[in-house]
Amino acid sequence: MFLTQNLLEALESLTSNKLRSGLTMLGIVIGVGAVIAMLSVGQGATATISGSISSIGTNLIFVIGSTNEEVTIRRPLTLEDASAIGDPLNAPSILATSVLYQLSRIKVSASGETVTMVVTAVTPSYDEIRNLEMADGEFISDVHMNGRASVAILGVTTAEKLFGTSEGLIGETVRIQGQPFRIIGIQASKGGSGFSDSDDVLYVPYTTAVSRLAQRSGEAPNRVDMIVASAVTASAVPDASEEIKQILRVRHHTEVGKDDFTLMTQEDFLSLTSQIMGVLTIFLGGIAAISLLVGGIGIMNIMLVSVTERTREIGLRKALGARRRDILIQFLTESATLSVFGGLIGIALGAGLAFLVGQIATATGNAFTPVVGIDSVLLATLFSAAVGLFFGIYPASRAAGLEPVEALRYE
Amino acid sequence: MNDWVIELEDIRKTYRMGEVDVNALAGVDLRVQRSDVLAIMGPSGSGKSTLMNIIGCLDRPTSGTYHLDGKTVSELKDDSLAEIRNRKVGFVFQSFNLLGRSTATANVELPLRYSGMNRGRRERAQEVLRLVGLEERMMHRPMELSGGQQQRVAIARALVNKPAIILADEPTGNLDSRSGAEILDLLIKLNRDSGVTLIIVTHDPGVAARAHRTIRLKDGCIEEDYVSDAKPA
Repeated sequence: MFLTQNLLEALESLTSNKLRSGLTMLGIVIGVGAVIAMLSVGQGATATISGSISSIGTNLIFVIGSTNEEVTIRRPLTLEDASAIGDPLNAPSILATSVLYQLSRIKVSASGETVTMVVTAVTPSYDEIRNLEMADGEFISDVHMNGRASVAILGVTTAEKLFGTSEGLIGETVRIQGQPFRIIGIQASKGGSGFSDSDDVLYVPYTTAVSRLAQRSGEAPNRVDMIVASAVTASAVPDASEEIKQILRVRHHTEVGKDDFTLMTQEDFLSLTSQIMGVLTIFLGGIAAISLLVGGIGIMNIMLVSVTERTREIGLRKALGARRRDILIQFLTESATLSVFGGLIGIALGAGLAFLVGQIATATGNAFTPVVGIDSVLLATLFSAAVGLFFGIYPASRAAGLEPVEALRYE
Repeated sequence: MNDWVIELEDIRKTYRMGEVDVNALAGVDLRVQRSDVLAIMGPSGSGKSTLMNIIGCLDRPTSGTYHLDGKTVSELKDDSLAEIRNRKVGFVFQSFNLLGRSTATANVELPLRYSGMNRGRRERAQEVLRLVGLEERMMHRPMELSGGQQQRVAIARALVNKPAIILADEPTGNLDSRSGAEILDLLIKLNRDSGVTLIIVTHDPGVAARAHRTIRLKDGCIEEDYVSDAKPA
């Protein structure tokens, strides 16, 4: 009852100077809008990334060189390492292995078009492990591998860049670093999810790449960038990881605790993603907090002006029997109303902005849905109310502390 | 027989103006009979405003005791003084001092809100507005009212909590002579009907002439205390 009366009076007072109230709210509107937009885009992006990581397959283990800088003696991962891991006698929990060796900035040309791209060298089981499907033709086989055949598999995007079409290209020739390669397969489109186009790829057999394309001197022969292993089941991933570690430790003669390789499972990718998103959220939250702070100072400033302007009114209210507390509550209600309304408008603005970002992302082929969570809405509302109360305290207590005689005499 | 609504004993008020102490009130003794009509006169600087502020519990004396309606108020803290003002004193100001954004009814309700009355505020406010002859204007804002009507709203606001005294500071000062006379008639009629003690601070001898008793202040002391023989007009 008392609260609603106070609220009505606060609204009356705020609407009596709409432009000023609106401008004062703007700081909070922008702050809260930023928080909501960032949180919802962030949540949407996290969901999308987690989704695409999950679609990689739950039973994969990626082995790369060590990321630990304290390890000084490093032996590179090789094709032989991959074969050892792939041996069912050594590692019963592992179904298959493949290697990945990437050559960047390679000139690829066909029918007069030239593109510079990353060429990926793999071993035959790579398509099974990564669930690649062929739209046309076949994947690299053991025959190609052993014969160092000059054959290539193109992604749909790559094919369209070079030939303007992805149909009927089997048997055509592409030139990689000037050398002719016969197209034996077109990879089925995987869709444009994620940040890099997974259809802009070109696969060649590992052996061919090493003997014909690699120009890196002084490197161990049969060096690879990554070994991909698939465990027999998703629940066998921890066992499989342990087996890989044992095999590589023996093969690389590593000292205890100084592994020169790193294992990544889907679990690791997910936790890495959430870590990155967490840091990002804190960073963006910090920016939002600063704009809320600025908004709060704006409110304090206007409330101080308002207290000065209404000194006589305060004096009158005191003469009529208002206690300190009554005046305090009156002005706090005003500043809180101001900031909560700003917060509500900000939530609407932020949600609209997030929706727009989602639309733009969808239009550019990276479909993701921004999530405006009820938790972020509640948080924003509470936070803006708190800002209003906090920055309202000083002006309100100044109003409450006015001497009635002085205040009534104020011109 | 004597029923004192106001008892002031040796009231002093000293202000510090830089290095010098200024005695705004230098020992005032004053007793006011309940239901009396008292005019306080005096030139500016005589301590008139200071006395009014102390009687109205807006300010505390430096020394001396003050009993208002049987309560010692000279020692009370701020919030208790606010409560006394709310319950026992009705103010009528020269410049009306209404809240411009609120209707007449809302203005009159204000003291009831501060006394914590939750139910029936509106009814009580409108009852008092009828008493001062504003039944037609209850939902108007001050801007839409004439000066005389605004002062009637202010009088209704002063009366709404059934105070012991009404303290009117130059109540006709901002009005033309006709509305001024009407306001004065209204105040005196209310005094006669309800028995509320009426204290009018004024420069105007014509206004003071309507009072039953007149005191004249000079240099912080009561210089003259005059009771008219006639019954309170």
